[in-house]
Amino acid sequence: MAGTRQYPDEPSGPFPSPPTTVEDRDGRSIEVRAAESFTGETLDDVVGMYTEFDPTDRAQGIPPTGEERIRTWLETIGDDSVNVVARHDGDAIAHAMLVPDTDDPSAIDHASDIEWELAIFVLQAYQRAGIGTVLLKNLLGHASDGGIERVWLTVERWNNPAITLYERVGFESTGTESFEQEMAIRLAGDGSGVTDGG
Amino acid sequence: MNVLLGLGGSDESVKTLRRTIERTREVGDELTIVVVEKPESKRSQDEMYRQAVDELEEADITDVEVEKLDGDPGSALVNYAEQGDYDQLVIGGGTLSPMGKIQLGPITEFVLLNAPTTVKLVR
Repeated sequence: MAGTRQYPDEPSGPFPSPPTTVEDRDGRSIEVRAAESFTGETLDDVVGMYTEFDPTDRAQGIPPTGEERIRTWLETIGDDSVNVVARHDGDAIAHAMLVPDTDDPSAIDHASDIEWELAIFVLQAYQRAGIGTVLLKNLLGHASDGGIERVWLTVERWNNPAITLYERVGFESTGTESFEQEMAIRLAGDGSGVTDGG
Repeated sequence: MNVLLGLGGSDESVKTLRRTIERTREVGDELTIVVVEKPESKRSQDEMYRQAVDELEEADITDVEVEKLDGDPGSALVNYAEQGDYDQLVIGGGTLSPMGKIQLGPITEFVLLNAPTTVKLVR
């Protein structure tokens, strides 16, 4: 139901913008970059990451399993999506994205005109190392740089670690709640992000 | 099998209607259809009722009762299922978000947690 969601009055942030390189809690060097276009090698790398993803951590049917279904899923949402990828030793190990919540993305004048749905996945071996937080903040920084103001997501309502993470960066519950908790954040959308270097 | 189909007014409900009619034809289930009251849906209760009757006619299925239920959709549906002798309650199985995430609404949740029968979610 586009346009009916409750957003916080005040924008959150500023958030850091990619690219950035951080050391995770296990001492691994993690590089976070925005994908200029979600095709070719970047897409291949992210497809590769999802083929390694443990299906016990799927949420609401995504990611799908099997390389072909994964590729189809990413290609379908890929064209107009905003993507940030984290890598370790060159391999994609985490991916965060925003997908436009509209039937006709080509008709958008400004990114701020519409709402964007967020999802983030971190490969199991890289979870609980602080990477999700860094990736999430960089996606929001990158989104704000691009003029995006309204971002929402759903999370299974028993997934307390994820809900805590989303709340910490500024997401608030929209009040829509069944099996999934819906949350929303407002961004400045004016490129006031902090460039972290890289 | 004695099947109760619950419909709102969404595209998802139309899909669920068609699949259930198809299945009824194939296996000869007994079918009852109820249309709940969901003012926020794409189709009104009357429109959905009409569509159900029309599609049954087109499929040449005659002995199906179609009813409108007033009041809170989830609880009206569960109450109705409780009153009758149904083996299965069929409802729509969730919508897809722009990302492709399956989303189950509060009515689905209420039905799953309260229905006395087996519940089938149609995808």
